[in-house]
Amino acid sequence: MRGNALRLFAGLALALWLVLPLVPLAIWSVAHGWRFPDLLPQQWSGNAWAYAFSPGSGVLESLGLTVFIATATTVLAALVGVPAGRALGLHEFRGKGIVTLILIAPAIVPGIAVALGLHGVFLRLGLTGTVGGVILAHLIPVIPYMTLIMASVFSSFDTDVEAQARSLGARPVQVFIHVTLPAILPGLMTGALFAFLVSWSQYLLTLSIGGGRVQTLPLTLFTFATSGRNDVTGAIAILYILPGVLILLFTARHLTGRNQSLAARVGA
Amino acid sequence: MTERTRIILMLAPAFLLLGGVFFSALGLTLLRSFRYMPVIGLTEPDLAAYATILASPGFLGSLGLSLWIAAVSTLTSAGLALAAALLLRQTFPGRRLIGFLFQLNLTVPHVVGAIGILYLFSQSGAFARLAYAGGLIGGPAEFPALVHDPFAVGIILQYVWKEVPFIGLILLANMQAIGEDHEATARSLGATRWQAFTHVLLPMLMPGLIAASALVFAFAFGAYEIPLLLGANAPEALPVLAYRSYTDVDLAARPEAMAMAMIIALIGGAMVLVYARFARPMGRGRHAG
Repeated sequence: MRGNALRLFAGLALALWLVLPLVPLAIWSVAHGWRFPDLLPQQWSGNAWAYAFSPGSGVLESLGLTVFIATATTVLAALVGVPAGRALGLHEFRGKGIVTLILIAPAIVPGIAVALGLHGVFLRLGLTGTVGGVILAHLIPVIPYMTLIMASVFSSFDTDVEAQARSLGARPVQVFIHVTLPAILPGLMTGALFAFLVSWSQYLLTLSIGGGRVQTLPLTLFTFATSGRNDVTGAIAILYILPGVLILLFTARHLTGRNQSLAARVGA
Repeated sequence: MTERTRIILMLAPAFLLLGGVFFSALGLTLLRSFRYMPVIGLTEPDLAAYATILASPGFLGSLGLSLWIAAVSTLTSAGLALAAALLLRQTFPGRRLIGFLFQLNLTVPHVVGAIGILYLFSQSGAFARLAYAGGLIGGPAEFPALVHDPFAVGIILQYVWKEVPFIGLILLANMQAIGEDHEATARSLGATRWQAFTHVLLPMLMPGLIAASALVFAFAFGAYEIPLLLGANAPEALPVLAYRSYTDVDLAARPEAMAMAMIIALIGGAMVLVYARFARPMGRGRHAG
């Protein structure tokens, strides 16, 4: 009995700690002034949300741009990550260890270690300050995740069905579209959603390569957070975490079914 | 087409893209850190930038601070994640809710967590207001400095908030794969619950725990925007110092910024090796073809 009560208490404390940092953000977004030492705002207001959705604030523009960059990054990462994941998941070859190392390193080495050099490289190529340059930069942490997830998908893929389709006269493109793609689609969706979220969260690579001209949502959020507009900051923060919440609800229901997390798929 | 050619063709696009952006960027960083910049007449590579920063108290302070942040965040997160995973392995009311919150937390970008921590722990934040309401403090200034503080408490709290669910979910997945048979066998041979944990389950979880911790260490050491929001002015975390040196109007500071970036890359590279050594190898090549 005491064990049960203890577990329940620990569980409650954990749940509370997990949501706690999001609570002041949500409250601020509907507060009209919220000064020390008020525990709750004296007055409530929808001003912050109205401002965030007004054309002048640039928040919606920023949201659209962030969605575009994350989507483009995801598509490009899938185009290169699916074949690379197939090579790693289905084949044993000499040098596989070092190849894997090279493919995962860009996701683990901190962005600041490459951002400065990348800025120099892109300066010569005229890619600084452009959306295309930012997308290329985002591919650095995104390709490794996509490749690892696809490798784990392909490691349980049965190539016999492809051989059967070929023996029945299907051309390679037909085999891919009608046999391979349907089989890997659930895993590919997981990889795509994960890739989207990794690009969605980038701050430094966007700042250094975009040079202030590519204003994604985290940059806008940061600007408001450091200018003391706590109410607008709260509203943008809620907007910013929304896609992740939607993706989570979507994956929980459609993709994995069981309690299998995104992290567990890419993690150790 | 031989199998070898096919493998090379499948890997080529990813390699070309990552080579084009990641490895060329690292290469340029390395050259610049050796003060090799023909454009401004520097054609003799040397180690002067490294010598300068290694003798600079500012750099050493930042390096020490970032190592402190990464070490404390990683150890605290790993310990709490292990406890949380052991808790979530059992059945109790609300377990599914916590499982959901763990995954939710994973999708929240670090910047949002950092701002949330700021609004909770600053001297006019939620906890300071609670302390005032409880009569513990007479004003904001009496609340202990937990953000922008010399011990980087706020930064560490943010990483712990984000990384406990990350490591915890990896541990839970490993626990599912391991099953409970090994522990049950140990128990049937007379081991206590504690012994079954320390001698059976923990050693089996260790590789996954170390691999996940390497990822957390690399991130906590190299993240930029979190210490920028929550850190003190001096010493700054190393990534903040490196980026500020790079954007400094004085171009002479650039090779030093590049040298700092290389040192961060080295520590990141070490974590890549730790991760690769302990993470589960993938792919079994059962269906070569």
